[in-house]
Amino acid sequence: MAISDVTTFAHLSETDVEALGRELDAIRRDIEESRGDHDAAYITRIISIQRRLMVAARLTLLASSFPPAWVAGTAMLAAGKILENMEIGHNVMHGQWDWMNDPEIHSGTWEWDTICPADQWKHSHNFVHHTFTNVIGKDNDVGYGILRVTSDQKWHPVHLGQPVYNALLALLFEWGVALNDLDIEAISKREKDPNETKRQLKGIWRKMRRQVGKDYIIFPMLSGPNFLTTLSANVTANLVRNLWAYMIIFCGHFPDGAEKFTKEELEDESKGEWYLRQLLGSANFEGSRLLHVMAGSLGYQIEHHLFPDLPSNRYPEIAERVRALCEKYDVPYTIGPLYRQYGQVLRTILRLSLPTKSVSPVQGPPELRRATSEELRTHAGTMAPQAAVS
Amino acid sequence: MRARLIEPGVDAYGDGAGATNPAVNAGSNAGIVRGLVARMTTPLLPDDYLHMMNPLWSARALRGKIIEVIPETEDAATLVIKPGWGWNVSYQAGQYVGIGVHLGGKWHWRSYSISSAPATGEARGRRKELTITVKAMPEGFLSEHLVRGLEPGTIVRLALPQGEFVLPDPPPAKVLFWTGGSGITPVMSMLRTLDRRGTMPDLVHIHSAHTLVSAIFRDERLALAERHAGLQLIENFDDQHGLLDVGRLTDVCPDWMSREAWVCGPAPMLAAAEKQWEKSRLTEKLHLERFSAVLTTSAQGGHVVFAASGKAADVDGATTLLEAGEAAGIQMPFGCRMGICHTCIVPLKKGVVKDLRNGTEYQENAGVQTCITAAAGDCVLEI
Repeated sequence: MAISDVTTFAHLSETDVEALGRELDAIRRDIEESRGDHDAAYITRIISIQRRLMVAARLTLLASSFPPAWVAGTAMLAAGKILENMEIGHNVMHGQWDWMNDPEIHSGTWEWDTICPADQWKHSHNFVHHTFTNVIGKDNDVGYGILRVTSDQKWHPVHLGQPVYNALLALLFEWGVALNDLDIEAISKREKDPNETKRQLKGIWRKMRRQVGKDYIIFPMLSGPNFLTTLSANVTANLVRNLWAYMIIFCGHFPDGAEKFTKEELEDESKGEWYLRQLLGSANFEGSRLLHVMAGSLGYQIEHHLFPDLPSNRYPEIAERVRALCEKYDVPYTIGPLYRQYGQVLRTILRLSLPTKSVSPVQGPPELRRATSEELRTHAGTMAPQAAVS
Repeated sequence: MRARLIEPGVDAYGDGAGATNPAVNAGSNAGIVRGLVARMTTPLLPDDYLHMMNPLWSARALRGKIIEVIPETEDAATLVIKPGWGWNVSYQAGQYVGIGVHLGGKWHWRSYSISSAPATGEARGRRKELTITVKAMPEGFLSEHLVRGLEPGTIVRLALPQGEFVLPDPPPAKVLFWTGGSGITPVMSMLRTLDRRGTMPDLVHIHSAHTLVSAIFRDERLALAERHAGLQLIENFDDQHGLLDVGRLTDVCPDWMSREAWVCGPAPMLAAAEKQWEKSRLTEKLHLERFSAVLTTSAQGGHVVFAASGKAADVDGATTLLEAGEAAGIQMPFGCRMGICHTCIVPLKKGVVKDLRNGTEYQENAGVQTCITAAAGDCVLEI
């Protein structure tokens, strides 16, 4: 079964899929050819703002026993970490800025402000997740091995605890991400080279020591008598970052309308079909420019999955063109306000904690409603969201 | 630990423990302070914050500031560059330096001979300005930009000076400099050094230029010849005297065979000189500077995996890893594409690659220059 057999795309002929692929290729070419000073100025400005935020936050928190300083410092630190992880780190490591030929802003050298080492992230995310997006048994991000996020996963009494696991994953998100590339399932099935596991654990340990040392030891100590309040501020900032990153990322592939796929659908997949899979497997959300920047431009999840290595500041203009193409080829384009997208995610996770067979979608956005209710019912089972990182 | 692209010696995680870059660790106390501060700035380096206050305060990617642009001729200019942190190295007269210029959002790299004389005596070791002299080449958009488009205050990136085209100190008793066009620049650094050190030997300098007005540093060379009895200056202007080819060498400098020679100029001139000295069995007395890598050997090729990108390609032994990566659709870091600037370095995770210029083999965990290396069997690159 190929992707074009999925009901939503059944009206597309092979020629249509090829033509759509060519039109998407043309968007890529246009952006690649027009990258220049303006784009470089964007990322250097974001980086500069982020570093200023960090310096201001750390200085402010030296006086963290003074409550307004605690609040301001924590807010700046959380904002700085969110910016670094999402709009800067995630996108730089995708190679969005490699074209600048700047070794200081390059996917090969970037290390980010979170526990997960960059090289392991690039494997589990850039390669596994972005290549095998939403393919069951291939995309390791599915539920992080904890959550039942699709009715294709067999129900087990352990899933009754799902609301709790979900809350824990949200709070400890950076740790979940750090452990994701280990592929604990493969380890328990003894399918993985133990030496590779050892190497990865060593990398995580090194990175963890630095991250924990900085946030929970060095900066609290530098605050002297304010050790405890600075510690609580840093813990809070990391928690806020975790919750935010978790929410944004879960909104990328799990709201109603984000399709999932089987290994069979991967076979003999053409470039046009790959594009289709990325289109159908991702969901956008609406928001202000500031919201999009703080979300690492992942509100443009569809565009990000079509063109993961094009500069994020260009996603808004790419989105206009992608949306027009979706209309032209009558392909759904899943988008909604952030609160609704996350509401759908939460609902699915809660429902699948019980042995239900499927999740029926709530009233979707107009774009979704273009797909007939018949199609939505047919796909209700497979449309259940699944955990995957952006 | 993964290596940084441009300075494999600097710790990618920024704890300072891996900061083996000699330029960075020159002062060991400073190195310790750096390591401690890096514990706070991790995963970044202190430099990543400091260069926001002053662009020169970073040893991570070497930076320099254009102090002055001095027009030399109609199409050549000298750039006076103040290097930033990390430039605690001296250079030798005749060496070249990689310079990266930000244009259209990208860093473009080229290499140019240093035309200034290295600091001597007391000034040695102090951070000092250096100059490069650039001739705008037709269709050379970057050289054109360097000559006419750079404002004083512009920040450029620098690569450490290198090159074997250097003069020993003290110099040999009898020397021949033979230069053509902008090939004068490394030799100008040598002349200035000999002048400054007062070690001018018996030296014949033959210089060819298209016309009298296009001859770079002419006034200074004439002044030097006046000051030093040992320095004999022979000028050839193609429009007046015709091309000075190797056949006329004996006419203009009858005792050239008894002199140690430094030759720098256009590629045909270098090729002719190499042949002539070889014929006279004097190769060991000839020093050449060429600005394009000659790739002579080839490797056997193999299956190259670009690990971080999840891509792979079967590549023959004549295709560089850089070309292979680009053909596979990977944004490879690149610079000069001739093995000079080291911008293109990528860590080799597994396998062996071969330097196409000289056949040197690199094993796993080395940072390899992808622009001049090819696969010697199957290999895995960390990009």
